[in-house]
Amino acid sequence: MIREITVLPGKDKTGSLENFSEITLKAGETISIVGPTGSGKTAFISDIELLAQGDTSTGRHVLINGQPPSDELRYDPAMKPIAMITQNTKCFADLTAEEFLRIHARARKMHDKEIVYETIDLANKFTGERIRKDMKVTVLSGGQTRSLMIADAIMIGAAPIILLDEIENAGIFKQEVIRLIQNTGKIVVFVTHDPVIALLTQKRIIMGNGAVRKVLSQDESEVRAAQNLIELDKRVGIIREKLRAGHVITKEMISVNFG
Amino acid sequence: MKLLVIAGPPSAGKTALTKQIVRRFKDEMKIAYLKIDVVKAFEDVELNREFDILTKKVYSGDLCPDHAGVMVLGDAVEWAERNKADLFIVESAGLCLRCSPYLNQGLGIIVLSSISGIHAPEKMGAMVALADIAVVTKIDLVSQAEREVFIQKIKEVHPHIGLMETNALQGTSLQRLYQFIEKSEDIDKNHLVLKGSPPIGTCTICIGKKEIGWDHHFGVIKKLDGQIADYLYRGE
Repeated sequence: MIREITVLPGKDKTGSLENFSEITLKAGETISIVGPTGSGKTAFISDIELLAQGDTSTGRHVLINGQPPSDELRYDPAMKPIAMITQNTKCFADLTAEEFLRIHARARKMHDKEIVYETIDLANKFTGERIRKDMKVTVLSGGQTRSLMIADAIMIGAAPIILLDEIENAGIFKQEVIRLIQNTGKIVVFVTHDPVIALLTQKRIIMGNGAVRKVLSQDESEVRAAQNLIELDKRVGIIREKLRAGHVITKEMISVNFG
Repeated sequence: MKLLVIAGPPSAGKTALTKQIVRRFKDEMKIAYLKIDVVKAFEDVELNREFDILTKKVYSGDLCPDHAGVMVLGDAVEWAERNKADLFIVESAGLCLRCSPYLNQGLGIIVLSSISGIHAPEKMGAMVALADIAVVTKIDLVSQAEREVFIQKIKEVHPHIGLMETNALQGTSLQRLYQFIEKSEDIDKNHLVLKGSPPIGTCTICIGKKEIGWDHHFGVIKKLDGQIADYLYRGE
């Protein structure tokens, strides 16, 4: 049972020690990692994903329930408590979606045959372009690949820790993704440039120059700000869909009153 | 002296991995390095310049590179021992996938790129099946699910192989590999033999006959369509 993970400081890009003693992420918590490109966001979640023991480029250590993880947790894919969705929206495996998920289920020692179809159904909730089980994963679009990987992380990865690297960038229904993975008791970490996602998470880690600069906790006023932003985001979403469908956008559609 | 034999297809990341190993151990061990390749190799010069270790290379030319490896390895072990090396790293060319260059002592490491195709572990035969350790590289280029699927494929070929994943350019997560190397025992150079069996080497193609077609060759008994026996080769 994973109650918490702890990240211990490593070094920034110039080799200086990071300025925090430890960062603890608890089960049920949502965390966002923000900062400019190249600030070390992806490296931070990669450290969690690899359960770094001072052997990654940052030199950080990651503990599970306060203890260094066993070799089994680190290296046996069936034991791995972490599912990560990276920015890569390309699959190289020459397999159909069904075959791919079936081998992954085998790697995770899951024997329920239906899980593969349930995963594809879930993926289709995240994308407007339908994924069929006999499609090769190499020909899926960026949005389809990302949707399939997120569904795979939830259903087959079934991991207590989920790491999502810039899910907003791949043409998927992000609100739906957030809705389905929040409140599952998992530790969910978002690397994001999206203000809605950043404001909806309970903890916000700010990166710069390869190091953690600040850790902020969500407060009441930010939760309210987030609600406004979601409204705005929905309207941007509607305009996006209209644009895609070939409509002409009128001034009325984008009249905004920030009050 | 410890021995590492590193195999894997071209561009899998063998040299990038070698560099990480050298970087990790160069201050506590004297390292010697041999590169076996067919036409051109630059790794020996690179490693010597970057880390100032003993290096050597050999070109197999028209000879099969695994064959060349077997022939020169005896001398190479002598060379490394004479130079008082504590760790001898041999990097193979890794081409035809029929053979594996691993020996009965030391560690055999297969380097596989996670973008090399999902069937690569099965296609590589003995190079995977007889290795002690598999290092999967370029993991930053694919999704975690795909990495796990790839690892599952390797496990299905060799259930007990020591598996690790890395971005070899950065050297992430190689601590376990370093532990394997630290724990590996010194070799006894008088009792080194190949782990795998070498191929049959007396067919008419192997000795250089260029003619094509059934009439000009003996030894090979399977036609393109239909076969006379179960196996491809019939000896004299």
